[in-house]
Amino acid sequence: MHSSLHSSSQQGPSEQGSSHRSDISQQISAVPLREYKGGLLIAVKATLVRDLTLLLRRRGEVLNPLVFFALVITLFPIAISPDPELLAVIAPGLLWVAALLAALLSLDSLFRSDYDDGSLEQLLLAPQPLAALSLAKVAVHWLLTGLPLALMAPILGIMLALPAGSYGVLALSLALGTASLSLIGAIGAALTVGLARGGVLLSLLVLPLYIPVLIFGAGAVQAAILGDGVGAHLAILGALLAASLMLAPWAIAASLRISING
Amino acid sequence: MSLCLQARQLACERDDRWLFQGLDLDIRSGEIVRIEGPNGSGKTSLLKILSGQLSDYQGELFWNGAAMKDVREHFLANLLYLGHAPGIKTGLSPLENLAWYQALSGTSSNDKDSEEQCLDALESVGLAGFEEVPAGQLSAGQQRRVALARLKLTPRALWVLDEPFTAIDRHGVAALEKQLVDHAKAGGCVLVTTHHALTASPLLRHIALG
Repeated sequence: MHSSLHSSSQQGPSEQGSSHRSDISQQISAVPLREYKGGLLIAVKATLVRDLTLLLRRRGEVLNPLVFFALVITLFPIAISPDPELLAVIAPGLLWVAALLAALLSLDSLFRSDYDDGSLEQLLLAPQPLAALSLAKVAVHWLLTGLPLALMAPILGIMLALPAGSYGVLALSLALGTASLSLIGAIGAALTVGLARGGVLLSLLVLPLYIPVLIFGAGAVQAAILGDGVGAHLAILGALLAASLMLAPWAIAASLRISING
Repeated sequence: MSLCLQARQLACERDDRWLFQGLDLDIRSGEIVRIEGPNGSGKTSLLKILSGQLSDYQGELFWNGAAMKDVREHFLANLLYLGHAPGIKTGLSPLENLAWYQALSGTSSNDKDSEEQCLDALESVGLAGFEEVPAGQLSAGQQRRVALARLKLTPRALWVLDEPFTAIDRHGVAALEKQLVDHAKAGGCVLVTTHHALTASPLLRHIALG
């Protein structure tokens, strides 16, 4: 189908508007054109405060992944066996897998409500770089999902008879790892935000990228139990985090633009 | 310094259907440009293209004579876009909503003046007394008014408004219309879609799609 333009309406002001053109030009200074002033820090801080306030007011959403994590870990000893020796062997992997899935569960809502109420459009139209603003949103996600998961894991570790001495490494590896998970997951969340039911697609997109984090995270705890050095594992987790911090914000920004375009 | 937004040979295709083709536009200071057309004729798409949100189009955009992609930052610093969805967080109070928008525009939210400005802006849209009420408890029209408060709060030269009159009562419509005319008279520029009949004004110009 071809749509046409009413040409009469197009030329409007240059001819018929010439009578008022002169008095407008005298008043133009009333709305001066602005230069981009920066203010990136102010905008990032305001976004942090806004998202934290929003999530703390909807506590259910924050508690969901934590409850999921606790439930899964509680059910395993009941289903498998209460034998501490057996549980201690599988504990590092179990804790890490459950934490990873809990983090994955919470990802879908990262940009969803902003997309639905139109504030994502406004975020994209802000003169500040979108990568920095989306990094602020991811930081809030980690603070209220990854960090609590990492702090909770040692307590659940007791239930799985995790050997003493590995609790610190468990919390540290999860804190480092979930930060990478939030960053990588946010790319998937940004790509699928425009889809009505993007949850499954999001998991499929993101899970392969989660595997290195899972291997080295669970590996660090395993090494701590066996008494090996954990430095190498933690260093690689740190390196993964550094790489995601460098690359993910740009990928998130680009994905958000694609989603809004669709 | 006057502003000038130009489009040359703009064309947009959606689902194998041309919404518009060969569209040439010149939008300058002191104008209210109303984009008209039936539902689905591409009004919102055109506004999104002109406000730099959609990149899926053919043709070229110029801002003050320079290609849009080179001066995007300057363009965005002068643009105020209010979309179909009001962009208001229902979990936050109107004051908190505006504080975030103000921070995005580069004003510190810790500033004493900035809160004052937010309160003024809310009062100007008739929401005095609702500053601290969660926006989720406000009516659709009141939420729209919170979004419209940004017109006063953030001084920008170019306003791009997609159906700004939705859910606004008759009194509010008259006030908003006056605000648009005042903005154009002061040298600003308004690009608006609406099904509402605007009062004729020498500053008003129509572009028909579809």
